[in-house]
Amino acid sequence: MHLTLRVWRQDGPGAEGRFETYEAAGIHQDMSFLEMLDLINERLVTGGREPIAFDHDCREGICGSCGMMIDGRAHGPQGSTATCQLHMREFSDGDTIVIEPWRATSFPIVRDLVVDRGAFDRIIEAGGYISAPTGSAPEANLTPVPKETADAAMDAAACIGCGACVAACPNGAAQLFTAAKVAHLNLIPQGQPERWMRVERMVETMEEYFGSCTNHGECEPACPKEISVDNIALMNRDYLFSKIRNRKLEGQR
Amino acid sequence: MLDARIPSGAINEHWDNHRTSIDLVSPANKRRFTIIVVGTGLAGASAAATLAELGYRVKAYTFHDSARRAHSIAAQGGINAAKNYPNDGDSIHRLFYDTVKGGDYRSRESNVYRLAQLSVEIIDQCTAQGVPFAREYGGLLANRSFGGAQVSRTFYARGQTGQQLLLGAYQAMMRQVDRGAVELHTQTEMLDVAVKDGRAVGIITRDLVTGEIASHPGHAVLLATGGYSNVFYLSTNAMKSNVTAVWRAHRRGALFANPCYTQIHPTCIPASDEFQSKLTLMSESLRNDGRIWVPVRAGDTRPPDDIGEADRDYYLERRYPAFGNLVPRDVASRAAKVEVDRGKGVGPLANGVYLDFEEALGRLGQATVRERYGNLFDMYHRITGDSPYETPMRIYPAMHYTMGGLWVDYNLMTTIRGLYALGEANFSDHGANRLGASALMQGLADGYFVIPYTLGDYLAPRLGESLVSSNDPAFVETEREVAARTERYLSIRGSRSVDWFHRELGKVLWENCGMERSADGLRRAISDIDSLKEEFDRDLRVLGASSTLNQSLEKAGRVDDFLQLARLMCVDALHREESCGGHFRVEHQTEDGEARRDDANFSYAAAWGWTDGDEPVLHQEPLAFEYVKPTRRSYK
Repeated sequence: MHLTLRVWRQDGPGAEGRFETYEAAGIHQDMSFLEMLDLINERLVTGGREPIAFDHDCREGICGSCGMMIDGRAHGPQGSTATCQLHMREFSDGDTIVIEPWRATSFPIVRDLVVDRGAFDRIIEAGGYISAPTGSAPEANLTPVPKETADAAMDAAACIGCGACVAACPNGAAQLFTAAKVAHLNLIPQGQPERWMRVERMVETMEEYFGSCTNHGECEPACPKEISVDNIALMNRDYLFSKIRNRKLEGQR
Repeated sequence: MLDARIPSGAINEHWDNHRTSIDLVSPANKRRFTIIVVGTGLAGASAAATLAELGYRVKAYTFHDSARRAHSIAAQGGINAAKNYPNDGDSIHRLFYDTVKGGDYRSRESNVYRLAQLSVEIIDQCTAQGVPFAREYGGLLANRSFGGAQVSRTFYARGQTGQQLLLGAYQAMMRQVDRGAVELHTQTEMLDVAVKDGRAVGIITRDLVTGEIASHPGHAVLLATGGYSNVFYLSTNAMKSNVTAVWRAHRRGALFANPCYTQIHPTCIPASDEFQSKLTLMSESLRNDGRIWVPVRAGDTRPPDDIGEADRDYYLERRYPAFGNLVPRDVASRAAKVEVDRGKGVGPLANGVYLDFEEALGRLGQATVRERYGNLFDMYHRITGDSPYETPMRIYPAMHYTMGGLWVDYNLMTTIRGLYALGEANFSDHGANRLGASALMQGLADGYFVIPYTLGDYLAPRLGESLVSSNDPAFVETEREVAARTERYLSIRGSRSVDWFHRELGKVLWENCGMERSADGLRRAISDIDSLKEEFDRDLRVLGASSTLNQSLEKAGRVDDFLQLARLMCVDALHREESCGGHFRVEHQTEDGEARRDDANFSYAAAWGWTDGDEPVLHQEPLAFEYVKPTRRSYK
């Protein structure tokens, strides 16, 4: 295949960015999208030009490092697929492909296609955990978890923290990411003691960094792990309850 | 002769005796110690979280943009534990036995026994953290079986067990970050360890965004930086996984044990073309229900559906009736190589064998198969364009895990005092071959349950000692060397990219130090690696500057260290005149092609010392097997 790439280049966080155009000849359809970029980079280096910086690591769609806007879509044209799992057979000879970094003020550009997603870590720090200091755990089968509950928690926990949901959102909101973690931990019995504090702190930290959700629903189709927007409803419900529950009485159930 | 400081008494009392007799640091004094943890995978994050909970001041370092991206996240299949929930005869002793045998009698019995003991607590710990393990309808935890075991002891979270365990450890660590007990440095790569009077006193790092090189003093340094499979260029490891932290520690005096013990994983997607950047693993759990076969006749290019039962050779079931498709990884890998080398390989490049789910789909139905393996089938489909629900998968072995690593004693301390190695970065528990679902177990055992105890033994006598200043020559001199090395890569201005050198190195190593090794091949590889290293120093091209994000510059340092490690791997493989586990020397095999160990001469861990410019020096730790008597491993 012969493709034309229009790639966002930016030398540093404060630098002026620009699109540069590269001709990509001899692209094989079995190559992954990132292998195509590897090849372009190798050619750039040979030609004495600095390669395109992009984040990537596992190339198995699980670490959440990779992510770019490909023709205006987070992670590109194939649904439920992270950029690293996208293969060139999704494209046709002669295509022009526009490649940009995640578009979100909360994810400032570090260089070229690399952005800083540190704000996600701030949300987890605020309560995306169950406090279980090492050594204090009871025997694992002491607390049965209904299979449906465990499955729903696992569906939410599958989030890879790539940031596609934020990049796809017209408001740059992080509701899907935050809701996935809230749902994972708030659904299971082990997460109940911190349930209201967790959702309150996580939501309020999220609002410090990200835009607001206005129910566009762009996040769900962009998510490579098919995290459902239903989790956002669950988070909103728990957030509301967190403001009205008398937490002193929670032990009475 | 190396002293592993194995506790006395019966093996089932070693750990209890040890932790009740070693020194402790009192709760109020722990905050007076600063502990550096490098790497935030399973071992690093679990150690950082636990040490911070105990009250130590912890500084954690990762070169990722978030601690959650460490490569532990990619582990698919599961984690072993001797819970015996299925009531099928499992016990701590059986897990210990299976692991020592699976490691082909080249691991340290005492460490393995401790690992088996701690496995039980890990499951409790992770469940309390909210790890969504698979469950039965009654709400209790589910198990499945894995290679090298005749019981079901593997806990799992669909095909994303590593992800869920890592997120549990990451979240526990982030809780401590929020409390101010862990100071987390992201996008910060450790490039050297500062050593003073034989003790580790801190690390030197490079900020990957600004290029700033800085010193970080600590009372102890924990390396949890993973394995070195990427030395082969093509492996199942993440692209950034590397040996630099471990190698730099080795060059400062830490012995490197058993570098030639590398594990080839039998179930990976075969390479499709020369541009392939990495290989993708398909979890070993697939061998629970998938059947492996090749055509009986070499060169049979018919589509799999057209090949009748009579024309199929289910070679693992035929050769190993007791374990069948669930033989350990080294055995399964070599068996696949034998078939492909005989011309029976399948697929467009004739470089794979079939892993067939037709029987399982008939027996279990598509819904159950989808529930067990759905995400793996989807991943396979995305990569190859084929659906495993309709046609057999094609698989072939690929580099996956490294059993070798820094030599550590029972306390996980290296030969540099105050420098520890945890998880895949050390060598101790898996011998010459690791069983499936044991890496997650070891990483978490080391981080959650071993180092929090053993660290006190080193620190307690040092109460009141202040940190070594970053103005001390131990730091200033090391920092200067790191800066010079970084600038050197930029100043060579040669003609070849970093990736070119990495690919060439990978070819040499896979050819000569991969699934099969021979003395001739290894000698040739050493000479080829020497030439390649010389060319690297002369003809490398890295563009850009050191004061910005520069991914080629990062990689140049890692490939430089891989070149040096690769040579040591070949030296080790050449010296080990036997076949054991993942180390298969063609000169040492039985008539039916199985590995032939030499217990009389090689029952030791080979720990190599760095000598600047000279040949490495061998130190031995003899291995005693008092509880599991070495036999020829048989899975027939």
